[in-house]
Amino acid sequence: MAGTTVSGRLGWLLASVSARRVETSRSITLHLEADAWPGHLPGQHVDVRLTAPDGYRAQRSYSIASAPRPGHLELTVEDLDDGEVSPYLSEELQPGDQLELRGPIGGYFTWTEEDGGPLLLVAGGSGIVPLMSMLRYRHEIGSTVPTTLLYSSRAWDEIIYRDELEHFGDEDGLRVIHTLTRSQPDGWDGYTRRIDAAMLEAVAGNPPPNSLAYICGPTPLVESVANGLVLLNYAAGQIKTERFGPTGG
Amino acid sequence: MVGEFISRGFRGRGRDDPALAARTPPGQYLTKDFPVLSAGPTPHTPLSQWDFTIIGTVAPPLRWTWDEFRSLPSETFTVDIHCVTKWSKLDTVWEGVSVDTLLQGVETEGMFVTAFSDGGYTTNMPLADITGGKAWVAFSYDGEPLAPEHGGPARLLVPHLYFWKSAKWVRGLEIMTRDRAGFWEQLGYHDYGDPWREQRYQGD
Repeated sequence: MAGTTVSGRLGWLLASVSARRVETSRSITLHLEADAWPGHLPGQHVDVRLTAPDGYRAQRSYSIASAPRPGHLELTVEDLDDGEVSPYLSEELQPGDQLELRGPIGGYFTWTEEDGGPLLLVAGGSGIVPLMSMLRYRHEIGSTVPTTLLYSSRAWDEIIYRDELEHFGDEDGLRVIHTLTRSQPDGWDGYTRRIDAAMLEAVAGNPPPNSLAYICGPTPLVESVANGLVLLNYAAGQIKTERFGPTGG
Repeated sequence: MVGEFISRGFRGRGRDDPALAARTPPGQYLTKDFPVLSAGPTPHTPLSQWDFTIIGTVAPPLRWTWDEFRSLPSETFTVDIHCVTKWSKLDTVWEGVSVDTLLQGVETEGMFVTAFSDGGYTTNMPLADITGGKAWVAFSYDGEPLAPEHGGPARLLVPHLYFWKSAKWVRGLEIMTRDRAGFWEQLGYHDYGDPWREQRYQGD
């Protein structure tokens, strides 16, 4: 597994797409294989570079969805309406194609078991991706660090990794709490509003010492959740944020 | 192999106007939005408790309260900014106090500086990169007081380096005789961060 710091030059690798999985109507996951991929820390991202026949290039960053594994990584990509790279990744790229990437990048928004807990993970939309890497890693190593995931989606069918999260929900010490902000299936008895102070207090109030919080989503959600957790006495230095805006694509 | 690779089926969207493309460093794309990126919660220091200090190998150390800082001569300036997460934004308009103004009369043998911020953020650079009209402590963006999520009440602005060097919520400068890696610089990001040489990560 990669350390928290990067040594030497992070070179570009050519990865092969081994599988493409539809997650929701707006997001897919690419499974990528590259012998030289060193593995990553849960929460890290990669840079992806596309090159057109005329030499034009575009680069973007994507969070890694999979648990750390040398030679393999998975990227979940949301198709952004005005994007340039995301539409290519989510619509054009097929198994057998190749993709240039470099990483892993980012040594702050990461969690491994040595970091301790309890863990509070708060996601909005595709902000679940780096948090899913943490949850998959937690699952793989059999960690029992008490963990709560609070995940805001617009609708039931827009919950990325929904089935896998349901299975995780039975695990030791893991609570998965959804809120569905625009529409809900019949019989839904969960939250139906954007994450607010009252919801944070109910889900994550009275934090035990050493509580760690990771928040990823659109800027308004990250700002309000981070501010809310400070008011609930989470230590500011133990609230880690990662944001994406409408220009992420 | 890598380097001559063509992404099958990728054409890219319309190419930017050559004049704009010439102002866009390698690997960057232009945005009209102003994305927010920070590693933790947004600090909210009351202006009555805010100060700006210059410490380290300087004689004497300097300190301004918010009112003192705001009574210093300021400049309105228009610059292009480049974030290591790939977006660039052209012609952004700021108002702030030139670092030259803050350092006027300061004697130092230090060649390096660490900017430090509320919330514990730090970033380092050569002192020469924030003097000579190249850097400001900005308190206004686009004619409005700088919003907290963009680093208000004041942020460092060093537009010729990647934007993580433009420390949000900046509270002072520590001048040093030796370079010392800051927050992102300790986590694998480039020590200097020149967007035109695409110095994103260590070794670039």
